[in-house]
Amino acid sequence: MSGRPRYALEGVNISKRFGHLRALEGVSLRLRRGSFHALLGENGAGKSTLVKCIMGYHRPSEGQFLIDEQEQSIDNPHEAHRLGIGMVYQHFTLIPNMSVAENLVLARPCLPARIDWRAETRRLREKLDALPFQVPLDAAINSLSAGEKQKVEILKQLTLDCRILILDEPTSVLTPDEADEVLGRIKAMTRETDLSVLIITHKFREVMHYADEVTVLRKGRAAGTTTVAGTTPAALAGMMLGCDPKRMPSTRREVAVREQVLDLERLTVLDDNGEPAVRGLSLSVAGGEIVGIAGVSGNGQRELVQALCGQRDIGAGCMRVQAERFRATREEIRRHHFRCLPEEPLRNACVPGMTIAENLALREFDRAPYARCGGWLNRAAIGARAAALIERFSVSPPVPAMPIGQLSGGNVQRAVLARELSGDVSVLIVANPCFGLDFAAVAEVRERIMSARNQGAAVLLVSEDLEEILELADRLLVMAGGRLVYETTPAAADLTLIGQHMAGH
Amino acid sequence: MRLLEPLLIPLAALVVSLLLFGVFVALAGHNPLQVYHSIYRGAFGSWFSWQNTLVRASPLMLTAMCTALPARVGLIVIGGEGAVVVGALAAALVGIGLNGVFAPVAVIGLMLLAAMACGGLWVAAVGALRHYRGVNETISSLLFNYIAIAILNFLVIGPLRDPASLNKPASVPIGSDNMIGNIAESSVHWGLAYGLLACLTLWLVVRRSTMGFAMDVIGGNPRAAYLAGLPVGRLVILACLLGGAAAGVAGMLEVAAVHGRLSSSVNAGYGYAGILVAFLARHNPLAIIPVALLLGGIRASGGLLQRSHDLPDATVLVLQGIIFLVILASESLYGRTPLSQRPGVTR
Repeated sequence: MSGRPRYALEGVNISKRFGHLRALEGVSLRLRRGSFHALLGENGAGKSTLVKCIMGYHRPSEGQFLIDEQEQSIDNPHEAHRLGIGMVYQHFTLIPNMSVAENLVLARPCLPARIDWRAETRRLREKLDALPFQVPLDAAINSLSAGEKQKVEILKQLTLDCRILILDEPTSVLTPDEADEVLGRIKAMTRETDLSVLIITHKFREVMHYADEVTVLRKGRAAGTTTVAGTTPAALAGMMLGCDPKRMPSTRREVAVREQVLDLERLTVLDDNGEPAVRGLSLSVAGGEIVGIAGVSGNGQRELVQALCGQRDIGAGCMRVQAERFRATREEIRRHHFRCLPEEPLRNACVPGMTIAENLALREFDRAPYARCGGWLNRAAIGARAAALIERFSVSPPVPAMPIGQLSGGNVQRAVLARELSGDVSVLIVANPCFGLDFAAVAEVRERIMSARNQGAAVLLVSEDLEEILELADRLLVMAGGRLVYETTPAAADLTLIGQHMAGH
Repeated sequence: MRLLEPLLIPLAALVVSLLLFGVFVALAGHNPLQVYHSIYRGAFGSWFSWQNTLVRASPLMLTAMCTALPARVGLIVIGGEGAVVVGALAAALVGIGLNGVFAPVAVIGLMLLAAMACGGLWVAAVGALRHYRGVNETISSLLFNYIAIAILNFLVIGPLRDPASLNKPASVPIGSDNMIGNIAESSVHWGLAYGLLACLTLWLVVRRSTMGFAMDVIGGNPRAAYLAGLPVGRLVILACLLGGAAAGVAGMLEVAAVHGRLSSSVNAGYGYAGILVAFLARHNPLAIIPVALLLGGIRASGGLLQRSHDLPDATVLVLQGIIFLVILASESLYGRTPLSQRPGVTR
């Protein structure tokens, strides 16, 4: 054996299956000691699953991990800590009303019952002096900026003597300047010390500026590993999006296009913190077309869909359906045959504790024949309709009286499809309809969306799966920073260009 | 099997509470078994104790609704006491003002309407604050109780005080003609019928009407309610309004069936006990009837415990408090018992 091991961490042929879902399929990853390694991939490509395997939250179904070229089985997060692997999560895990020093001390495993704060603070100071980040130890966390908080998160791992640092989209909450500072210092540390960094990111700019090497995941497989010096953003985008063998595309028929079915005029929507997430967005969808909105998650798509579905107030601007102002009241929804398939249907479109039959009746329960004599439910009619819909959309198990929360993800989506698409549809808002569904269910869902379009509905499809948009949409728009920044058609689509716009170039 | 869960968990919680209460009683130097027996005798042992129980159960049925209905739209409201007080106040003002002006039937009807309107608006304000301003409904409804009680005390000591009431300040009587009498020869007033009627009506509304369905959707998942275009704000306020109106009627009964005048006695804790009834009944208006009888019985047995065991009559409040804590703790068991497992259904 000569010298020290070259690789801090190696994953060999890692596979992970959840039931029938293959999240990872023979992925290999080599993290060179003292390098800054980026992990790129679309949502659902398997980045977080891989990282969770490294951190011991999941056990891989197949494959081994080598730490310092020694085989190790990482059974739990404690084991990962012991091996010197630390992770910084996308969202802060600090206690806001405690000081930086208190947070750093608290992170230590096996705290004594009585903490000698003076000794601890002295110890911390010694450690911090050797590190490139400076944060005021007595400051309360809630007085710090997002960039400083992120530094504290990283310091927390470094003071725990971690040698392999995993960062999960660490800059998603930072301004570009803060991001540059944080990444620049970490980069410097990898040069000067033994630290090896694995960073999950969507941002090509960060990869090109800071990473030494990059591994791209696509649909649970490693699409390739390369040095950053030897690649371009365009090549990376191509690797990320890939050109998988085409499935049988849904049948698209020529239909007469009706104008002015769904119009958005300078729509502004605020996020939960009151910041604009959708900024002055204008868009028209005609009847008989599918307009796809692509984009990296967190660019305002969720807020846009919630606003269109009536789940979030519209901050400014106006939404028109069939040339009339639309505020998502029950009467308007009914008159305009407005339908929604939001993402995570159980969370956004169902009442988990109510039965399948009741959930299927959500749109119609107050109308004849399901309501009689001015407001009394006809449960027999509701049950009969549910039984028919369950049969037609093959919801399984076919038990109308079962709480919908007990169905599997695919069957919940089938039930929601049954409710939303069984009648006339003029406008259909769809968001990530195939998340977490298996292959057959995906084909079925897409077929139904396409058939709504073929029957003349104006369909707005918001999806993080570019391939889905390329398959279904008549027009493709890219959303970044709350705005629509690029428009093309699937036929003329240039993946590189789309990828760059998605990445905010 | 899942249907058994809402029945078995509260029953198990009751048994656990009785056991804990037994420990308390034993520590106080009494034989728990004898005390249990006395509670039973004081609550349901004779026609006399049944009447005591029924008199106490009727306001509980009404005040429980003040927690149960908002709970169906996902709000935890504990403002029943305030609605009782406001309802009593409104009823007393109407009764005193119209005494002798209209026929007693009309006066009683107007007292009822006034109590329902004021109690309803009182709690509807809590719902509106929650929906439009994001004010926590549990805190605000609790504070509303204090406000109501303060107004009551102010009026009873001040402007409404009957100079003839010396030891205990009270308003002038509403007049014996305007009182709600007792059922037949019993000592149970007609308020029991009001309570039963309210439970049955609201059960129909909750289970059978489109409005009740919409409320369940809102309580189950507000996002789905917005998606369906339901008028969430209006229904939230309406649920609070109905609940408050029911509790307002309980206040009217205190004036028009029990005391005959307004005094601080109308603030007798039925509003708080109603919270317990609602939780024990899983916010189901029909289940509120037996639970109110049970709790009414426990409260009715206080006197007997004092007489035959020399236990302070507040002992039953200890039992009531233990039941409440155990019930709240048992909420976390739903969906986790062996009963809720259905093999082969979930993945």
